[in-house]
Amino acid sequence: MIRRVLAIVFILLSVSPVFAVNPDEVLADPALEARARGLSAQLRCMVCQNQSIDDSNAELAKDLRLLVRERITNGDSDDAVIAYVVSRYGEFVLLNPRFETKTLILWGAPVILLLAGAVAMLLAAGRRTGKVTGTALSADEQARLDAVLKD
Amino acid sequence: MIIELGHYALVLALATSLLQGVLPIIGALRNDHALMEIGTVAAKATFLLMALSFGVLTYAHVTSDFSVQNVWENSHSQIPLIYKFSGVWGNHEGSMLLWVLILTFFSALVAVFGDNLPETLKANVLAVQAWIAVSFSLFILLTSNPFNRLLNAPGEGQDLNPVLQDVGLAIHPPLLYLGYVGFSVCFSFAIAALIEGRIDAAWARWVRPWTLAAWTCLTAGISMGSYWAYYELGWGGWWFWDPVENASFIPWLAGTALLHSALVMEKREALKIWTVLLAIMTFSMSLLGTFLVRSGVLTSVHAFATDPTRGVFILIILILFIGGALSLFAFRAAHLKAGGLFAPISREGALVLNNLILTTAAATVLIGTLYPLALEAVTGAKISVGPPFFNMTFGLLMLPLMLAVPFGPLLAWKRGDLLGAGQRLFAAVAFGLVVGSIIYYVQNGGPIMALFGLALGAYMIAGSLTELYLRSGLGKVTGSVALRRLSGLPRSVFGTALAHIGLGVTLIGIVAVTAFETEHIVEMKPGMTTDAGGYTLRFDGLRNGNGPNYSEESGHFTISQGGIELAEVWSSKRFYTARQMPTTEAGIRTFGLSQLYVSLGDDMKDGGIVVRVWWKPMILCIWLGTVFMMAGGAVSLSDRRLRVGAPARAKKQKKPVLEPAQ
Repeated sequence: MIRRVLAIVFILLSVSPVFAVNPDEVLADPALEARARGLSAQLRCMVCQNQSIDDSNAELAKDLRLLVRERITNGDSDDAVIAYVVSRYGEFVLLNPRFETKTLILWGAPVILLLAGAVAMLLAAGRRTGKVTGTALSADEQARLDAVLKD
Repeated sequence: MIIELGHYALVLALATSLLQGVLPIIGALRNDHALMEIGTVAAKATFLLMALSFGVLTYAHVTSDFSVQNVWENSHSQIPLIYKFSGVWGNHEGSMLLWVLILTFFSALVAVFGDNLPETLKANVLAVQAWIAVSFSLFILLTSNPFNRLLNAPGEGQDLNPVLQDVGLAIHPPLLYLGYVGFSVCFSFAIAALIEGRIDAAWARWVRPWTLAAWTCLTAGISMGSYWAYYELGWGGWWFWDPVENASFIPWLAGTALLHSALVMEKREALKIWTVLLAIMTFSMSLLGTFLVRSGVLTSVHAFATDPTRGVFILIILILFIGGALSLFAFRAAHLKAGGLFAPISREGALVLNNLILTTAAATVLIGTLYPLALEAVTGAKISVGPPFFNMTFGLLMLPLMLAVPFGPLLAWKRGDLLGAGQRLFAAVAFGLVVGSIIYYVQNGGPIMALFGLALGAYMIAGSLTELYLRSGLGKVTGSVALRRLSGLPRSVFGTALAHIGLGVTLIGIVAVTAFETEHIVEMKPGMTTDAGGYTLRFDGLRNGNGPNYSEESGHFTISQGGIELAEVWSSKRFYTARQMPTTEAGIRTFGLSQLYVSLGDDMKDGGIVVRVWWKPMILCIWLGTVFMMAGGAVSLSDRRLRVGAPARAKKQKKPVLEPAQ
C-alpha cells in the first residue's frame, strides 16, 4: 500500500511542470539578463519539439539557460557563448542556422527564387509588349476598320 | 452492429468513388451523356455514404463505446459531451475520415450546383475529385481504420489528449480542413482543364469563388489555431513556426497567390497557364501538409519507423497526385492559349508582383521546414531551422509586398500610372508617418523597426481605404451622392479593401506585441502585488478543485489601477488523471485590444508560487486583422458577378459539414 502511494507521489512529482525561466535563474543585472534572454531564444531545446530553451519547461533547457547565464556573467561575448554551446552540443542547437556551404541552398533559395521569378516576369513582359507593337493590322483589317470609321 | 454499418458504408463509399472516378471520364471522351451523368449521381451517393460512416463514428464516441479501439484510445466516459463530439476528429483516424467527408461534400456541391458548367468539364472535375477520394478512402481502410474493434471491451477509455480538451478543437480542424480540401476543387478544375486542353470563361468564373471560399476557411482555421495555442499552451506565444503550423501556412500563402491570379484571369483572361499551375501547387501543398503532419516525419524522424505504412502510403498518394498533375501540366500547358496583354505597370503587373513574392515566401517556408530533414538524409548533418530564420527571411519578403499592397487597386488594368497612384496615396503615407511620430513621442523613442512597422500598418489601412474614398468622390460631391456611389460599387471592391485593411491590422498587432510586450516572472505569496502594463496585479491565494476528469490548482488575482479594483482573474494548472498529464489554463483579461496574461508556474517550498505575468499590448489586433480578412473573403463571395456565374455560395458550404450526420 505504502509503495503504491509512494509510486503515485513519484509520478505526480515527475510530471509536475517545471516552467521556463524561473525567478531564481534571473540575473541581477537587467542588461545581462536581456542578453541571456536574447541568446536563449536562438538556442534549441534538444529534447523538445521545436522549442527554444527560453520557452521550454524541460530540465535540459533549464541547464542550458543556466549555462548561458554563467558564460555571460563570466564576461563572454554573445558570439563566444554561442560558439561554446555549439562546441558542446553541435550545430543542431542553433535555431538560426549558420550561413555556410551546407546551408547555401537554404539561405540562397529566397534570393534565387525571387530573382528567377523577376527575370521570368520581365522576359514575359518583354514578349508581351513586343507582341503589342508587332501586331499591326493586316490590309484587310485596315480596310474594314476604315469602313467602320466612315459610318 | 451499428459500428459495422459505418465500416460498411465507408467501403461502399470507396466503391461509388471508383465509379465516379472512371465512368464520367469515359463518358466525356465518348460524349456519352448517360455515362457523364453517373458522375453526378455517384458524387451525391458517395457523400451520403461518407456522412453515414462519419455519423456512426460520432455515435460510437458520444455513446462511449469502448469496444471500438478508436473510442477507447481517445475518449473517456466522464469528459463533457462537447469533447466526446470533437474527440471524433481529435485523433488520426477520425480526422482523416473528416478530411474525406469534406472532400466528398465538395464533390457533391459541384454535382448539385454544376449544371451550368460545360458537361464534359463537370464530368472530368468530378472524376478527379473521385481519384482523391479513392486514394484517401483506401488509406483509411488499409492503414487507419477507425472502426477496428477490441476483442475484450475495456470498461474505461484512455481519455482525449488534455491539450485537445478545449472548444478550440471543436472548431479548428473542421475549418482548417474546409480550407485544405476546398483547394481540391481548384485542383480538380485545373486537371480537368488540362485534360480537355482548353480553359473558357466558365472555368475562371468557377475557380475564383472556390478559391475564395477555401481561402476564407483556411484563414479562419489558422487564425483560430493560433489563438488556441496562445491561450492554451501557457506562455503567451501565438505563432511558433512549428512544422505543423507551417504545413497549414504554406497552402495559405499559395492560396492567397491563387486568389489574386484567378482575379486577373477572370477579369482579363491573362495568366491562364500560371493560374492552372498555381491551382495545382496550392492543393499539392495541402496534400504535402497532410503528409507532413500525418506521417510524423517532422516531429520526429523516427516516427516513420514506428509506423512506416501510413507515411509511405501518403507519400505514394503525394507522388502520384503531384507528379501526375505536374507531368500533365508539362504535356498540356502548351495547348492552353495564353491571352490578355498588359504593360508591366498595371493592375495585372501588380498582381504578378504579388504572386512572385507570395510564391517565393511559400517556397521559403517550405524549404525551411524540409531542409533539416533533407540535409540529414543526404549528408547526415543535423541542423535546426527555427523562428529566427523564418522571421528574418519571411519578414524581408513581406516588406516590399506590404508597401505595394495599397498601390494594386489604384492601378488601372492593362496600363497603369504609378506616379498617379503614388500621388493619390499621399494622404495614406502621411497618415502612416504621423502615426509613427506619435508613437515615437508617446513611447519616448522605441526601436526604430517597430515604429516603422506600426507606421507601415497605418499606411496599409489608410491606403486600402483610399480606393473607396476616391471612388465615392467624397469631398467633391455631397455625402448622399458619395454614399450612393459607394453602394453602387461591386462588393469585391469592399472585399479587397477589407482584406487589405485586415493585413494592416494584423501587422500592427504583431509589431506592437513583439516590440512592446513586457514580461514579469515573480515569486508570489498571497497578498503580494506586481505591476504590469500600468496595472497592478494582487495575488489573493490558491484554491484546489476538481473537474470531471482532472484536478486543478487555481490562483486568484485582483487587477487594479490607481488603487481602484477593476477585475479579477483566475489562472490554473490542471492535472488530467487518466493520461497523467498537466496543462495550464492561463488567466487572461482584455483591456481594449491589449491583454494581461497570467500563468502559474512551480509551487515554491515556502508556500509561494512562481507567477508569470505578461502585458501584451494590441495583441488582439493579430486576430482582429484575420477577422477583417475573412470578412473580405465573405463579402467578395457575395458579389453578384460570382452568383451569376456560380450558384454555389460559401455560406451554404460551411454549415452542413459541422453538423455530424445522423
